[in-house]
Amino acid sequence: MTVRRTTLGGHTHEFRSLTDVLAKATPARSGDVLAGVAAESQAQRVAAQHVLADVPLATFLTEPVVGYEEDDVTRLILDTHDPAAFAPVAALTVGGFRDWLLARAAERDEAAISSLARGLTPEMVAAVSKVMRNADLIAVARRTRVVTGLRSTLGLPGRLASRLQPNHPTDDAVGVTASILDGLLHGCGDAVIGINPATDSPAQTIALLELVGAVISRYEIPTQSCVLAHVTTTLRALEAGAPVDLVFQSVAGTQAGNRGFGVTLDLLAEARAGALELGRGTVGANVTYFETGQGSALSADAHHGVDGPVDQQTLECRAYGVARHFDPLLVNTVVGFIGPEYLYDGKQVIRAGLEDHFCGKLLGLPMGVDVCYTNHTDVDGDDTDTLTLLLGAAGCSFVIAVPGSDDVMLHYQSLSFTDVLTARSVLDLRPAPEFEAWLAMMDLLDDDGHVRELTPEAPAARALLAAARP
Amino acid sequence: MTDLQGQSRDLGPSDDPWAVLRDATRARVALGRAGDGLPTSRELEFRAAHAAARDAVHTALDADLVRTALTGAGVGLDVLEVHSQAPDRTTYLQRPDLGRRLAPDTQLPAGTYDLALVLADGLSPRAVHEHAAGTVAAVLDRLPGWSVAPLVLAQQARVALGDPVGEALGAGIVVVLVGERPGLSSADSLGLYLTHGPRPGRADSERNCISNVRPPHGLGYAQAADTLVALLQASRQLGASGVVLKDEGAALLPGAG
Repeated sequence: MTVRRTTLGGHTHEFRSLTDVLAKATPARSGDVLAGVAAESQAQRVAAQHVLADVPLATFLTEPVVGYEEDDVTRLILDTHDPAAFAPVAALTVGGFRDWLLARAAERDEAAISSLARGLTPEMVAAVSKVMRNADLIAVARRTRVVTGLRSTLGLPGRLASRLQPNHPTDDAVGVTASILDGLLHGCGDAVIGINPATDSPAQTIALLELVGAVISRYEIPTQSCVLAHVTTTLRALEAGAPVDLVFQSVAGTQAGNRGFGVTLDLLAEARAGALELGRGTVGANVTYFETGQGSALSADAHHGVDGPVDQQTLECRAYGVARHFDPLLVNTVVGFIGPEYLYDGKQVIRAGLEDHFCGKLLGLPMGVDVCYTNHTDVDGDDTDTLTLLLGAAGCSFVIAVPGSDDVMLHYQSLSFTDVLTARSVLDLRPAPEFEAWLAMMDLLDDDGHVRELTPEAPAARALLAAARP
Repeated sequence: MTDLQGQSRDLGPSDDPWAVLRDATRARVALGRAGDGLPTSRELEFRAAHAAARDAVHTALDADLVRTALTGAGVGLDVLEVHSQAPDRTTYLQRPDLGRRLAPDTQLPAGTYDLALVLADGLSPRAVHEHAAGTVAAVLDRLPGWSVAPLVLAQQARVALGDPVGEALGAGIVVVLVGERPGLSSADSLGLYLTHGPRPGRADSERNCISNVRPPHGLGYAQAADTLVALLQASRQLGASGVVLKDEGAALLPGAG
């Protein structure tokens, strides 16, 4: 443990470890206060940022915040580190790395930034994000390119895809179908049609996979389905021969956190291999989908490192270190879901959403965001508008949308289908190319490529709505 | 035109296809559009639902209102008031740990009881205002012969505050009636959490939960009380609660919180 100190405004600030520096340098959020690791004053926070800016990036390869011997996520991160990819920035400090990233972003040198991914560790990326402002996070993420595909291509410049989330409190087939059709009529669903099942059982999962699969094949929609059941449930579905496009799992940044989710790295590898074997892709072979969110490790009491509790944003980045090992099609942070004890208000949620997006992308992930909130958080539609438009500017791969912003199964608010239309319109973004062509074929786009507002009598509406009839 | 099963079907002139979508789910489908946004009426409907949910979280627990409702429901037990270590709503929302501990100066009379009932504001004091008295009355009606401790009304309280309360009172089982996190269309939902052998440090896996007590839209008082009493009797017989109790029957669900 190395004590680090700096003098700021005549006052000397001392930090007992790298873990302590990372935590105290983090922009304010309730979860770090709850964990007892947050800066005690604004001056201490900035002092920690000064100290952090002077830490060489290479230090993170030799001073792990979570122990190598006791944590398989740390082993995965360090054992798969690519020194050749790291070489261009190996001599830089955290502060120097920020300057380097901003310079490459200004030059629009996407290749230089994007080729770093396997040379960067989650801790390096977390560290640099802590000395970046929101606009820095946006500017660099916009020039970081991560393209993935299965039956649609995601992450291309000028595109914003969406997960259509047709959840229903009882998984009712007609109810789910109604939400799917409403989303399709709004041009949503190009990232995935992904359902959180009300009941996590193999039979229910298979029934929902077959339901969504039938809609996709009936209308020949270039997208993929996902039932966000536990990975062990998806394994049962695979064994039963169900049409599994994507293996889903929530993951955390520590071995203990993943144990809390009931998963191991071996289990994830086994499920991915099973889905790959089905060969259901047409434009790519990315067959996994992961969700994360700041605070998940703390909520499972799985946030401890070699020098005490680790801040929630560093742990979030370590979850990306897990995800990227499995070549995902989709990864998203569920940024406002976990509650005010982790992210208290709109300012904290917006900041965290931009951090998560930037960090995930820099680590090589096809990063999306569930821009969302619960009713006990101090967040509303104005805040989600702000975050959505900032993410659109940052080149976010996809967002999540539910009918009218209201998830009637999980009881929280995400974006509405019209929010996706607005973001695409305001920022001149388009759906995934294969899906856009399908929308045009279905006569759902006007001459400008804009999703048209249909009257019930429109042939396209009647054709799709016929499927909703019981 | 074919439906999902591939059967041919014609839409008659009187069929509104949007109504077909709306009738199929409680989800907010087929809201229409104003350009790329929602029509004003739909936007304002959504805001009203969100406002009700937000206000439910931030309403203060009104002890007099609850006492009056209890008397009105024929509940004759004494009512004691306690406060958690969270001094206010803002702290409560950010520090769940403080909401699980009793304020340092708390005095509760020790005794020996089969059961203690704690009415906790949780995330919806409105749920306690509207549904606690009816639920308590229905539960007590079904427990002749059980010794029940004075009722405890708890402010800025989480479910686990029932552990130190139940221990201090000397109760074999504690049931916490707590205001649940408001949803957009359910701002007044009451949850019931049962813990056998309450003491600080009990895990969520050692509790059983009955959720969404909220007549007429959710579970009614009689129905909730029937389920709770079945759980109480099973728990007393087993000498435990939580996951071990869940296996006893389909209606007995494990809880969290």
